[in-house]
Amino acid sequence: MSRAVTNVVVAGLGGQGVLKGTDILADVALRANFDVKKSEIKGMSQRGGSVTGDVRFGDRVFSPMVPAGEADYLLVLEPTQVDPNRHMLRPGGILLTPDAVDANRLPGKRTLNVALLGVLSAHLPMSEDLWLAALREGFDAAFFEGNKTAFLVGRQSEAAKVGK
Amino acid sequence: MHHSDEIPLPGGDFSDFYLSLRQWVLYKLRRSSIDMNETNRLLLSGDEAIALAARHAGVALGAGYPGTPSTEILEAFSEYGGKAQWSPNEKVALEVAIGAAFGGARALATMKHVGLNVASDPLFTAAYTGVSGALVIVSADDPGMASSQNEQDNRRYAVAAGLPMLEPSDSQEAYDLFFEAVEISERWNIPVLFRVTTRVCHSYTVVRPRETNGTARPANFERDIKSRVMIPAYARAAHRRLRRKLGEMEAWNEKCHLNPVIPGDKALGIITSGISFMHVREAAPQASVLKLAFTYPLPMKRIEQFVSGVERCVVIEEGDPYLVDAIRAAGLNVEGKAEMYRFGELDVPRVRRILNRDLTPEPAKPPGKPPQLCDACQYRIVFEALRKRDCIVAGDIGCYTLGVLQPFEAIDSCVCMGASLGVGLGLRHVLPEPQAKRVVSVIGDSTFIHSGINGLVEMVYNPPPNGHVLIILDNSTTAMTGHQEHPGTGRSLDHEPAGKVVIEDLSRSLGVKRTFVIEPRFGTNEFDQLLNDCLSRNELSVIIARRPCILIAKQLKQYEARACEGEKKEENVACCN
Repeated sequence: MSRAVTNVVVAGLGGQGVLKGTDILADVALRANFDVKKSEIKGMSQRGGSVTGDVRFGDRVFSPMVPAGEADYLLVLEPTQVDPNRHMLRPGGILLTPDAVDANRLPGKRTLNVALLGVLSAHLPMSEDLWLAALREGFDAAFFEGNKTAFLVGRQSEAAKVGK
Repeated sequence: MHHSDEIPLPGGDFSDFYLSLRQWVLYKLRRSSIDMNETNRLLLSGDEAIALAARHAGVALGAGYPGTPSTEILEAFSEYGGKAQWSPNEKVALEVAIGAAFGGARALATMKHVGLNVASDPLFTAAYTGVSGALVIVSADDPGMASSQNEQDNRRYAVAAGLPMLEPSDSQEAYDLFFEAVEISERWNIPVLFRVTTRVCHSYTVVRPRETNGTARPANFERDIKSRVMIPAYARAAHRRLRRKLGEMEAWNEKCHLNPVIPGDKALGIITSGISFMHVREAAPQASVLKLAFTYPLPMKRIEQFVSGVERCVVIEEGDPYLVDAIRAAGLNVEGKAEMYRFGELDVPRVRRILNRDLTPEPAKPPGKPPQLCDACQYRIVFEALRKRDCIVAGDIGCYTLGVLQPFEAIDSCVCMGASLGVGLGLRHVLPEPQAKRVVSVIGDSTFIHSGINGLVEMVYNPPPNGHVLIILDNSTTAMTGHQEHPGTGRSLDHEPAGKVVIEDLSRSLGVKRTFVIEPRFGTNEFDQLLNDCLSRNELSVIIARRPCILIAKQLKQYEARACEGEKKEENVACCN
């Protein structure tokens, strides 16, 4: 079965865990035996500025950068970063913002990145086991339970049901 | 070599999957070695792939200076168990690597594109001397300037110095081509320029490492005075030898496997290299493509053959028109990109535009939020003090360059590493007194060690009539690039105790009597008073504003505790603190 390339862009501000989010997603895609490319810009963006990370996976990925207007999914961790990144989304692409999850049900503000990955996960073909394995290994052991909770809040949210 | 076009498509082999999983865990845990005898898939950045290849190829020593996007190479090389060290600057790093390669070892020097400017003096003459072992020099260019002061194209250095150049387009190629670089270096006894760009360095792509380790010869000194002592009499012969080697490499490059053709439609042929290859394959999947990886000296016969086999031939390259100029100079009819695409990175949409000869203005990217000094950063106090006094600030390269942005706008120049000293002094020499006395040079600790020391010597030797004020912002780390150590921190690349350069001792030893160390603190006016005092005199002053970067407070405690443990063990006495 041929698997076309899926394009995901994650956006936010430095310190919000944008790149950690793309790490986890890329890891899950690798575990699912896809060809994967992940692109990020480091440097000055780390000082509280805008940060975006691209993840692309499928049978064969060429450019590591999601072309503008071709993102299937745009995850935005900070509402002010929606407008600067909206042009990345393809027509009919899915925008996931912090509104997609109930913040009161998250174990902490810093788990928003994982919660939005949970919402995204419901739209993607990778199994829950792979996601949880990636979360278990992507963070210190002490954070796993909190991340698992946040992930499941996202995965079981209303926004996630659209993908089912 | 796995050419990227030949990477096996991921299959459904479960054993492979579990191996990759285990490998990934190992990698994530940053174990010091990666088992190299297993077929597996790793997701590595280009920098990590270079580091892993260097480890597998038996590189004995890696030296460099931190600089985006090259920094992670030596960090990963160290984590994989290689011997890696930060030098005070790129020139010293390259010289250390040249020495190691004179001793017959395999050596690696890493730096960002502008770092190669600093190292260009040894670079040019190392092309003449050649090496006995292997020397791979990584130049990490930053087209689009994600974190740099210019977007110079270092492919020019290969031509200018006469060094063979390899350019990978993803992590697998970075890994594979590194072995090729070592082989080329040892075969022709010449340093190899390994040119990468931000998108290769910082993109993560799948890598299958080799199954076998490279075999490096043991280091051994063999005297070869005429090759290594570049007095004019020997250098004249060395230049001829270099040109002969380049001729041989060019002939080899015509026939080697490093520049494959991806067959396609004859109506459109594309010649490309590096990351542009990936954009091309996506933007024009039907085109015939000549992908160049060994990009100096160029295989012009192979290029000619390709050009003559297609109807329309377009050269797609990021940055300068390096390939297209060389190919046209050889009399071949190829199309280049319009000047508007010379600026910034290429991507898939831009490659489509180039192929469509689209000259309409590109859509402007909506502005994001610019970076800023951290809220609790001690530099805020310094820049606020400079702003209030309307100082003329000769700045430098680091986090603190952000002092140029709102709300401070308190930097008036930033040219290159270490320039704050010389530029500030030059201004003081020529400006009328009321202006001259407002000139201050501001530099960080790592940048001061890198190339500010020379400027301090200049300040002592050629003091301006009204003296000068130098502020060294000492946050005990190379913060901008991700908190690397440097000689002023007293810790090595892997954060172990090392010899320490004490900046105030250095300043006083050079004769700057007015050398002050102060901790800038919110809620006091100590710093303001000291600055007032220094600005009011016609003397030389050095103010070292010292407080560790708040982002590494926790790590610093761990390093210090570790160092303390080590001391206790060694001396069997109670520790100092």
